Amino acid sequence: MPDFLSKPLAVAGRGTIGALGSVGRAWTLFAASAGATRHFAIWGPHLFPQMARVGVASVPIALFIATFTGIVMSLQASYTLTGTIPLYFVGTLVGKTMILELGPVLTGLTLAGRVGANISAELGTMRVTEQVDALETLAYDPLAYLVVPRVLAGILMFPIVVLLAVAIGIVSGWFTALQLLDMSTPEFVKGLRLFFEPWDVWFAVIKSVSFGAVVTGVGCFYGLQTERGAEGVGKSATQTVVIASMIILCLDAFWAATLL
Amino acid sequence: MSIRLSEVRKGFGPKEVLRGFTLAVEDGETAAIVGPSGSGKSVLLKHLVGLLRPDSGVVVVDDHSVPELARDDLARLRRRIGYVFQFAALFDSMTIAENVGMGLRRLPGWDRGRTETRVSECLGLVDLDGLGGRYPAELSGGQRKRAGLARAIAASPKYLLYDEPTTGLDPVTTSVIDGLILRMRDELGVTGLVVTHDMTSAFRVADRITLLHEGKARFTGTPAEVRTARDDVLRGFVEGDPGLYYGLQGGRRNGP
Repeated sequence: MPDFLSKPLAVAGRGTIGALGSVGRAWTLFAASAGATRHFAIWGPHLFPQMARVGVASVPIALFIATFTGIVMSLQASYTLTGTIPLYFVGTLVGKTMILELGPVLTGLTLAGRVGANISAELGTMRVTEQVDALETLAYDPLAYLVVPRVLAGILMFPIVVLLAVAIGIVSGWFTALQLLDMSTPEFVKGLRLFFEPWDVWFAVIKSVSFGAVVTGVGCFYGLQTERGAEGVGKSATQTVVIASMIILCLDAFWAATLL
Repeated sequence: MSIRLSEVRKGFGPKEVLRGFTLAVEDGETAAIVGPSGSGKSVLLKHLVGLLRPDSGVVVVDDHSVPELARDDLARLRRRIGYVFQFAALFDSMTIAENVGMGLRRLPGWDRGRTETRVSECLGLVDLDGLGGRYPAELSGGQRKRAGLARAIAASPKYLLYDEPTTGLDPVTTSVIDGLILRMRDELGVTGLVVTHDMTSAFRVADRITLLHEGKARFTGTPAEVRTARDDVLRGFVEGDPGLYYGLQGGRRNGP
């Protein structure tokens, strides 16, 4: 086979084998971590501190992004609808898009950077400085001590952060409509309620639970796989953000296709 | 026999680090494994606590075949083994006292008061009284090593494994650490295994010394036997003579 064909094929083959190997290792980590949940005495005391780190500390950045998303949504909806559709549909567009899409996905992507990279760098540093080995020699299960509380914190806190972001996005959209679009509150609320379904909120919660598991799980996976010192820690953090963001977008499409 | 390694082989990719290493350590003795950096000493030590699994061979500690132990049984065995890491591996988000008490929290019957008492005892043993409230970053290299030793002995282990305990320390601090290793053997009766490339330290602390060379135990003997041995590789390592040491390795006279 000529070089111009064999080389790309070899690269693709190596890439596929590497990706399949990562999936296998991630699955092994997931299964072992599920088993490690039985060690409540190890992970229990760390759950609330991790919930504070993963969730509470993420609220400011999530709300900042949601505020400006709500403003922009409101203005763009008005720009698109003016002269064709009644303006109260601004409320509909802001509400629907914040709840179904922008609230969960933008928050998920933001936290992939803030939370995922943080977890990966922390666990990666512990790995390269032998602190993970030290845990094992002290008869601690590192998965129970490090992975379980972080992933559970992500699963429990992401929906709360996302719902707060959704609420703030809608409020900022409403405030923009009042101040810049000459809409009244009854008009905005009328649009907001027009196609609202309680299921929409559950949809956002389901998405955010899965995003929470992905961001924290990918952070733990790459953190614990870290090798070769500071360079390896940086590489793990970058991989976490990239891979978690890609999985979030894939999951976003998956949930839309299966649940809506 | 407390610790037994027989024909242990371990490779990482194409590189085989251990090529049939055999060693036995008797109850209550302190043995040293010496060899140049990168010869596989730390790899060997990690097999004894199940951090690594051999490709083949036997690894027995306290009559348990380590690679065959189930996860919970391995955890129980690890409670009888203290491990002093090369760079201490202290948890940097915890104080020294929290680090030292970390292993005790997993033991039944250890309440807060008993743990605090034991932590103070251990810090006293390594001459770190009053430093329990500091964080690892606030200690010197020698103090961190001693804190790592205090953490390793807190649960009164039967075995102590030392990974390069004196590397990077000044001669005075090295002497202090060596003294502590001897105290662990003489006062606490622990069985010790020290891996080091510091021959001065090995002569000081070890009852028996083994040279790890090309993945195998090249020579085992008492410090007196090591001093008088005629083996060129051993002499080359002890005397720091690259010509003698590498002379038997197919002409690698310029070293690694």
